[in-house]
Amino acid sequence: MAAAASACGGAGCGQRCSSASASGAEEDAPAERMGRLSISAATACGKCDGGGAAVFVAGGVGMCVECFRAHLFGKFKLAVTSNAMVRPTDAILLAFSGGPASRVALQFIHEMQSKAIQSWETSNSQALPAFGVGVAFVDESVLSARPEHETETAIEDIKSIVSSLSPGDKKVHVVPLEDVFSSGSGVKAARLKEVVGMIDDETGRDDFVRCLRMLSLQKIARENGYTKIMLGTCASGIACHVLAATVKGQGYSLPADVQYVDTRWEVPVVLPLHDCLAQELNLLCELDSLKTQQLLDRPCSGINSLVASFVSRLREENPSREHTILRTAQKLKPFSFNKFSANGYHDFLPSRLRPKFQNVDTNESTFSEILCLICGSPFSERELQNLESTKHMDQKRTDRYTAHCCQSCHFQILPTATDMYEHFFSLLPKPWTEKADTASASNSSLRDQIADCLLDKDDDEN
Amino acid sequence: MDGSAADGSAADGARLPPPRAGSRLCVRCGERKAALKRPKTLEQICRECFYIVFEDEIHQTIVENSLFKAGERVAIGASGGKDSTVLAYVLSELNRRHNYGLDLFLLSVDEGITGYRDDSLETVKRNEIQYGLPLKIVSYKDLYGWTMDDIVKAIGLKNNCTFCGVFRRQALDRGAALLKADKIVTGHNADDIAETVLLNILRGDIARLSRCTLITTGEDGPIPRCKPFKYTYEKEIVMYAYFKKLDYFSTECIYSPNAYRGFAREFIKDLERMRPRAILDIIKSGENFRISTTTRMPEQGTCGRCGYISSQKLCKACVLLDGLNRGLPKLGIGRTKAGAGADSDGKQRAKRTERNTLSLQGKHGNFDF
Repeated sequence: MAAAASACGGAGCGQRCSSASASGAEEDAPAERMGRLSISAATACGKCDGGGAAVFVAGGVGMCVECFRAHLFGKFKLAVTSNAMVRPTDAILLAFSGGPASRVALQFIHEMQSKAIQSWETSNSQALPAFGVGVAFVDESVLSARPEHETETAIEDIKSIVSSLSPGDKKVHVVPLEDVFSSGSGVKAARLKEVVGMIDDETGRDDFVRCLRMLSLQKIARENGYTKIMLGTCASGIACHVLAATVKGQGYSLPADVQYVDTRWEVPVVLPLHDCLAQELNLLCELDSLKTQQLLDRPCSGINSLVASFVSRLREENPSREHTILRTAQKLKPFSFNKFSANGYHDFLPSRLRPKFQNVDTNESTFSEILCLICGSPFSERELQNLESTKHMDQKRTDRYTAHCCQSCHFQILPTATDMYEHFFSLLPKPWTEKADTASASNSSLRDQIADCLLDKDDDEN
Repeated sequence: MDGSAADGSAADGARLPPPRAGSRLCVRCGERKAALKRPKTLEQICRECFYIVFEDEIHQTIVENSLFKAGERVAIGASGGKDSTVLAYVLSELNRRHNYGLDLFLLSVDEGITGYRDDSLETVKRNEIQYGLPLKIVSYKDLYGWTMDDIVKAIGLKNNCTFCGVFRRQALDRGAALLKADKIVTGHNADDIAETVLLNILRGDIARLSRCTLITTGEDGPIPRCKPFKYTYEKEIVMYAYFKKLDYFSTECIYSPNAYRGFAREFIKDLERMRPRAILDIIKSGENFRISTTTRMPEQGTCGRCGYISSQKLCKACVLLDGLNRGLPKLGIGRTKAGAGADSDGKQRAKRTERNTLSLQGKHGNFDF
């Protein structure tokens, strides 16, 4: 297990994956851990000619520490501005795992916020307010057999990391994963354990918890008035996801997950570290002594861990392989929800930039994709046909839910025995099942109107 | 979570009741003793049922994708290896059983590799008699004036697979044209296709990614090619050959003994162990990728020298051959635009792609099918 998990190259595949390797490899020399990203005093910086110790970036020139930081921040900022990720009126919820990727995201968004606050204070009109930032940590300790005091220490660490960043008051939300269920607290934990325990497939369990995590972030954002969720998912993490999704047969829905912006959720999700490699982020934490915490990391398992170790082998072979994988995925057609298209959304942009976004929007139809109940993947043609064919029948609630699961979730998350379905669905968090209920409500309401004229009573018993 | 992880992996792919010790009955017919665990589904079935499902699935693939029309002349690309041997056997069997009305024959390419191809061709010659299928052999020597032995002598063991792959593709087409075939079938199996999907993702080759899962390719060309084993697992092919005691040749090519052990291949084998359906899932992903219609695809033209299909002025085989004949074997290796091969930028790029293709080389040297 340990060997397979060291996989993500110690960097974790972004904040979602929590590779155990980083903490395991703590004894190694930094240079060794970084693979090709090493520090060497011999080469001069290729950017500023300032000399001094240089850092090698995958596939590129050597850079000094200053330029390296600027280079990463530049990628972050470019992602933010060119996708209109952050508006002055936004409140951003940063999903923070404590790993290097989300740590850098926290640092960078903090820097952007400080600048925004500064310019607000100095400007005469004070027209553009500075956006707000909050930090969320989803506590999954109920699923691991870790001693309680470790969790407490880690949470204290996180709080101290966040509180050290000023100006800009950042609220920390530490929320246990089981809070996605709406029942009482003791019952919630039991319910979470039960539903996860019903999933036979190791990879399925892993992915299910990931889906719950997103649900949990959505809930935190909604309840606390955040308008965006920012993830620390980085290029390496996305590269792993590209291969993992391919292996799980999710080729159709894959492009939905690899873009900068994802508005299919109630609170839109943005990925500003989309173009940074995990190794680079690791190195930056190292160089800037950004404090990270990996106590609560859970190693990814099953196919996800196999993919991670495959990607790390590829990286050893060719350091820019992850970028190539990412590029392939970006050539796939994104979905309509992969950009902000709400009316007036781009109004805050300078007028010279606005057309760039608005042109794209005009002929796009509104978001009409059917999404998987559990993982939120858009349905492929085949899955839509499946759903369509079950619609005509007046089905049991369980059948309706089953039809609203994508084929991949069907295989790896739903229980083996079909007679367990009813119980399984009854355990799922309400927001998921309600989605399917409303989706089919229109159909059944039509049926209700004509029910008295239907002769075949059999199919209406359910 | 750690405790459950260990047993979880066993249950990961196969959703079956726990196996009991001792003899079990075949889950399909319920009569005979189960003799094997089917690699694709992990069902325990008897030998007879395995033959039935194996052949039926191929038949279904052929029918559902309307691979053939009655009366067509079909060339079976035969190397003497397990895939093509099983393909020849099953296809002639299905042709008889379901009255496809096909005129089948074996088509082999003699690359001129002493100690490897000469031996495997002996196998094909035996197959010719065993299955009653006529055999045609086309050789590199006749087509290009070079054997692989000569080529390796000239360029060494590096990149020789590029030559072999490019030449073989064309040799098959030429042989099939010579014998007036309507179609070529090859023994590419599900594992091969899954590997190609992955390799194309790793290389960022969106054009190939979009067509590598097609069951029939080159339909606009003179002789389309198809892959009846698209959904057939390599392991099941080996199993079929083993139980049927088919006569096939199983030595690896002496010039690339490690071609099988590419990263991607190993990864797929690991995946298969963890979740047998992963191979089919990769193919499914490959079929469903949303590839934008605006993606620039290379334009198909013909080679100015030999008339073979080519997206450049000269086809790859002619470029490589040119290099060989002029004593510049590096010419045309790597991905260079036509005419850019000479300048230094082109050379640099060629060098880089050379490294890429080496590390990502798959089973067939290159993945140009």
